[in-house]
Amino acid sequence: MGREGPGPHGGGRGKAGGIRLCSSEQEVWSAADDLFGTRLVTDQTGERGRGVFRLYIEQTVDIAREIYVAFVLDRTTERIMLVASAAGGLEIEQIIEEDPDSLIRIVIEPAVGLQAFQAREVAFALGLDPATISEASNLLISSYRAFRELDATMVEINPLVVTGDGRMLALDAKMTFDDNALFKHQKVSELRDKSQEDPREMRANDRGLSYVGLDGDIGCIINGAGLAMATMDMIKHSGGEPANFLDIGGGASPERVAKAFNLVRSDESVRAILVNIFAGINRCDWVAEGVVKAMHELDIQVPVIVRLSGTNVEEGRRILAESDVTLITADTLAEAAEKAVAAVNKENAA
Amino acid sequence: MSIVIDETTRVLVQGFTGRIGSFHAEEMIEYGTNVVGGVTPGRGGTMHHDRPVFDTVKDAVRETGAEVSIVFVPPPFAADALMEAADAGLRSAVCITDGIPAQDMMTVKRYMRRYKVERRMQLIGPNCAGVISPGKALLGIMPGHIYMPGEVGIIGRSGTLGYEAASQLKTAGIGVSTSIGIGGDPINGSSFKDHLAAFEQDPETRVVVMIGEIGGPQEAEAAAFAKEHMYKPVVGYIAGLTAPKGRTMGHAGAIVSTVGESAAEKVEILKECGVSVVERPSEFAEVVGRVLNRAT
Repeated sequence: MGREGPGPHGGGRGKAGGIRLCSSEQEVWSAADDLFGTRLVTDQTGERGRGVFRLYIEQTVDIAREIYVAFVLDRTTERIMLVASAAGGLEIEQIIEEDPDSLIRIVIEPAVGLQAFQAREVAFALGLDPATISEASNLLISSYRAFRELDATMVEINPLVVTGDGRMLALDAKMTFDDNALFKHQKVSELRDKSQEDPREMRANDRGLSYVGLDGDIGCIINGAGLAMATMDMIKHSGGEPANFLDIGGGASPERVAKAFNLVRSDESVRAILVNIFAGINRCDWVAEGVVKAMHELDIQVPVIVRLSGTNVEEGRRILAESDVTLITADTLAEAAEKAVAAVNKENAA
Repeated sequence: MSIVIDETTRVLVQGFTGRIGSFHAEEMIEYGTNVVGGVTPGRGGTMHHDRPVFDTVKDAVRETGAEVSIVFVPPPFAADALMEAADAGLRSAVCITDGIPAQDMMTVKRYMRRYKVERRMQLIGPNCAGVISPGKALLGIMPGHIYMPGEVGIIGRSGTLGYEAASQLKTAGIGVSTSIGIGGDPINGSSFKDHLAAFEQDPETRVVVMIGEIGGPQEAEAAAFAKEHMYKPVVGYIAGLTAPKGRTMGHAGAIVSTVGESAAEKVEILKECGVSVVERPSEFAEVVGRVLNRAT
């Protein structure tokens, strides 16, 4: 009678036990009781999984075929690409691995959009029944329009099914949207479901910081995405594990440094904090003052390693050295990472 | 010589009178860049930083002979500003703006194809630090003092990681001919490959450093180009060894979404193409120094 799937964001829902087949209303209620409030862990959600607070109930259908269809932003051609496979129901990674020859790829010319002939080519290549070609082609063209008009970065319909009576039905779909384009799409922004986001990443996001939580124990506060990744690499090379990616922005004002400290220390697995700031348009002395102020105002219990470089670096180092807060300072990237790893090892030994 | 700009290049600033554009225009002028004017629609006929302001890029090009521009226009209007620059016949435009929608960039790139290759503008960025030819001119937002003039070309996605590399080189007494930021967006203007080709032709550059990161096909494409078409040695670094798959690491384009986009895979591709790989981001000067010695 019903097929019940949960609303958490992220793919791999079926495999993780998030889809139940029910044959009576009572079964629907009991499946709902089972699922609500649990955490669903799939390949795409990370270890902690995501909470189940919404369910999607749909009619079970007599499925004749399952098809994979997606529109993605292809970086090689700098175009939107339509990707389809007759091996529906599998995740795209599995299709690439197990049945790469089944993939059909069509690059769409942005000036004119997806053309009917291209949609037909895909439909025929999928081996669809001639009677369903026009329905399939309309569905593809409409999905492309949704991609374009809503500034999506991906639209994935998986599985797209052909029912026993020859209708096309999108059983599950996933869309991702371009964060940079949300200003154009109030309605898309309103769909944001904060229950599906990591609370720390959400808090960072709301404060204009870019944060990704990881499994290590060295908290990172860095300005610039590339330098942040490089610093994390350096920690790894020195035998440690970063607890997070955090880019506080190229400018790195003292206020942002303080916000970053607050955020990083909220992760209980953090045993040391590494601050690496390359001052370009700002100045090391301002950053140093921000660090000292944050250390005064927040009760930081773990060792803090600070490495400053760039504009006014001597002045910045002097401020750190003359302050009354306990800091470990480092002159180079390598030294900073080594000292952070050593500090964590000492903490763990204590 | 240097690539993209030198001290004689006539530079226009789009978004000249805005807070950010105005600040960086001043820094560029102080560095010695030949800034000939700026564009802010509606402010034409006024003066800013002792230079004329124009309503349109075409007016500015006609009156000043500007050859290149730097764009500080906010994200919702940036794509439009870039197409205007391309239509006015500028040779290059550097776009500093961070946060331009990917599909807007797709439109810009499609639009630029209406011009023949010979007169098609070179777009650098968006979401980049710009270009500096140390001792000559600055067409960007980088701190000029961390670069020493010299013979190493730098191409990178990230601003501050590029600064880190340049300052490591300076500490070791190694200078830079030109440093270019291509930006961290998934769809950007010029690629690593485009600038490798330019550095190969530049008599002042002996070695090129390519600072890449996870996500996208451009590092691999550039490495293949270096192998096939370059005599000059290329040094490469890929940031993001610890980045988990499927997560965006700050830059909109820094995400591993398909095969060949992780740092480990890119490092392998670079090595196969004969690029000297900087394994640790603390060793830029060491590897570049070694390659420079070998190249003499």
